[in-house]
Amino acid sequence: MENMIALTVDGISVEVPAGTSVLEAARKAGVHIPTLCYLKDINAIGACRMCVVDTGARSLQAACVLPAAPGMVVKTNTPAIRQYRKTLLELVLSAHDKKCLTCVRSQNCELQRLCRELGVEDGDAFKGVTNEYAIDDVSPSIVRDNNKCILCRRCVAVCSSVQKIGVIGPVMRGFKTAIESPWGLKLNEMACINCGQCITACPVGALHEKDDTAKVWAALADPDKHVVVQPAPAVRAALGEEFGIPMGTSVTGKMATALRRLGFDKVFDTDFGADLTIMEEANELIERITSGGVLPMITSCSPGWIKFCETYYPDFIPNLSSCKSPHEMVGAMVKSYYAEKAGIDPKKIVTVSVMPCTAKKFEAARPELGHDGMADVDIVITTRELARMIKEAGINFAMLPDGDFDSLMGESTGAAVIFGATGGVMEAALRTAYETLTGETLADVDFHGVRGTEGIKEATVNINGTDVNVAVCSSTGMAAKLLDSVRAGEKNYTFIEVMACPGGCVNGGGQPIVDSDTRATVDVRAVRAKALYGEDAGKALRKSHENAEIKAIYADYLGKPGGHRSHELLHTHYTRREKYTD
Amino acid sequence: MSEMESKYAELRQIIEAHKDWPGALMPVLQGAQEIFGCVPEDVQKIIAEGLGVTLSEVYGVATFYSQFSLQPKGEYVISVCLGTACYVKGSQMVLDKLSEELGIPVGSTTKDGKFTLQATRCLGACGLAPVMTINGDVYGRLTPDQVPGILAKYRGEA
Repeated sequence: MENMIALTVDGISVEVPAGTSVLEAARKAGVHIPTLCYLKDINAIGACRMCVVDTGARSLQAACVLPAAPGMVVKTNTPAIRQYRKTLLELVLSAHDKKCLTCVRSQNCELQRLCRELGVEDGDAFKGVTNEYAIDDVSPSIVRDNNKCILCRRCVAVCSSVQKIGVIGPVMRGFKTAIESPWGLKLNEMACINCGQCITACPVGALHEKDDTAKVWAALADPDKHVVVQPAPAVRAALGEEFGIPMGTSVTGKMATALRRLGFDKVFDTDFGADLTIMEEANELIERITSGGVLPMITSCSPGWIKFCETYYPDFIPNLSSCKSPHEMVGAMVKSYYAEKAGIDPKKIVTVSVMPCTAKKFEAARPELGHDGMADVDIVITTRELARMIKEAGINFAMLPDGDFDSLMGESTGAAVIFGATGGVMEAALRTAYETLTGETLADVDFHGVRGTEGIKEATVNINGTDVNVAVCSSTGMAAKLLDSVRAGEKNYTFIEVMACPGGCVNGGGQPIVDSDTRATVDVRAVRAKALYGEDAGKALRKSHENAEIKAIYADYLGKPGGHRSHELLHTHYTRREKYTD
Repeated sequence: MSEMESKYAELRQIIEAHKDWPGALMPVLQGAQEIFGCVPEDVQKIIAEGLGVTLSEVYGVATFYSQFSLQPKGEYVISVCLGTACYVKGSQMVLDKLSEELGIPVGSTTKDGKFTLQATRCLGACGLAPVMTINGDVYGRLTPDQVPGILAKYRGEA
């Protein structure tokens, strides 16, 4: 039995385990304390002081960093506290650009909401020092606008503590304090992996994705272009949130209809690409195992992880699967297989990927991901950008009927849809590799050992009498930990799945932003993943190699997994990158 | 070993001596400032790699504290106290006079690399207000008209 502590919060008695913060104790008592710099499990530094409470001490104390003590009498709502919080917000506003009308985060901004909830009446109550910052928008993925930054440091915490990268941090002091990269460098001059976790941590509009919707609108309006779209597995698990549909609802059918109504000429599915990836990746794994190739093999679907590996763990480049990521595979097949089948000049095709990910924007621009002078994928937009387009088009998403993807590259199995959750690629690969290696039918396709949101998961799978050790990790911080143990010879794995974002793509940097209050009580990663596992369980086919369109693409065009044409179109290579630019 | 090489060797020694300490960054930055007279980019990278912290963290600390300088400082560093006691006793006028005599704004270094002029927070010598230091030398109860004579000593004119 844990050591329990009894206290009262606004007169309500509550018992919490020792070490619990007053903020969490209040939550347990059903008392809501406003926060701004706090982000559960990521940032609790008592910096913004929005969460101050009265414990009878000589001054108000920040509840997020104050441990609950026995017999503590906490008041969270006194006239002094209310005035204190209001003044704090007015001070924050004195250094904020207050351009809410045109802000990408309007109506989804924690500062804006607190100002309304706490009754701030004058945004110009204090005339303080204001700095004008140039907007850093040269990264292909992430835009930083310090004119909106409130110095909460949530982005800094997720970048340095969770992802173990730390390309931004507070510089200078006092009024000159800013969150920046060292030496005034831009984000793309740093070893940033473009994961966008900083964006989803930001309470305001100081960090957002590079918006590429204008490019998509232009392509759709161009009669000479044939525009082909594909959404990633994780998009369908979260897109509904942008339209008031409860978190964890899969909106696959509505999404397909919405894409068609936006005017795309073909609506294919990255899930098909995921099945294709499994065919190639399972084959590559088997080849590496049977012919003494480099092991452990490590998955290559996550572009944030790939850049992390190239930069911080380049000695593991030979371990990376040579498979392109699923949407890149679909892009390559659209401009070859589909173009040929449909009799369309591939140069007139524009491929658009809808991704839960900001790093995919960087990935699509990699020069090696294309052929004959054409990029496999021309434009990447995030889940948030798609939602923006749907709203701009006046489509009532919640009322849409379910639609289907177009055939040729629209069919998918349950193995593909789980790609969006940490452990999903591993499970999908195991389903196919098991059957290929044993020649037997896998009766129970659920590999529970690789499911769940823990940072690192390990499992041992017996295939043909041989134990195969696998590991799954999510967040680059966890990847670093895992690779360190492999490097030190402490661990011996055959196959490793890495996703750069904690929880995998469902929690990607391009997904709908969930505010800190919700994140304090709901595990977003688990709720969204459940939508994908639910979809998997409901599918008639749950193994990639059973997909009829996959069988057709190999019969008609590719030959066999790992064959010549596959290598030309579906595989890639990696480059060592320097941590510091000169 | 060249002079620069021995400086880098000294830096590595300091990093080695502190690297397992909690809060090692401050003493290492102080050591680096002492060795190089400033903490330029390459030095910060060596510190980051040596201590296993990010360059952002090193740069953040180096820009937070005024004791660290990113650019090389002059042979003589003139620090004029702008603490409350010195300020009310007229240290701003002393500082202005120095700026005029040296022909540089506060916080910069003369072209010949001889002098760096900076304002500091309280030096703790309020009884001598207004006060300034030039390297280790302390000058108290200053008036602007003393400035040219003091500077001449360091220029080698007196």
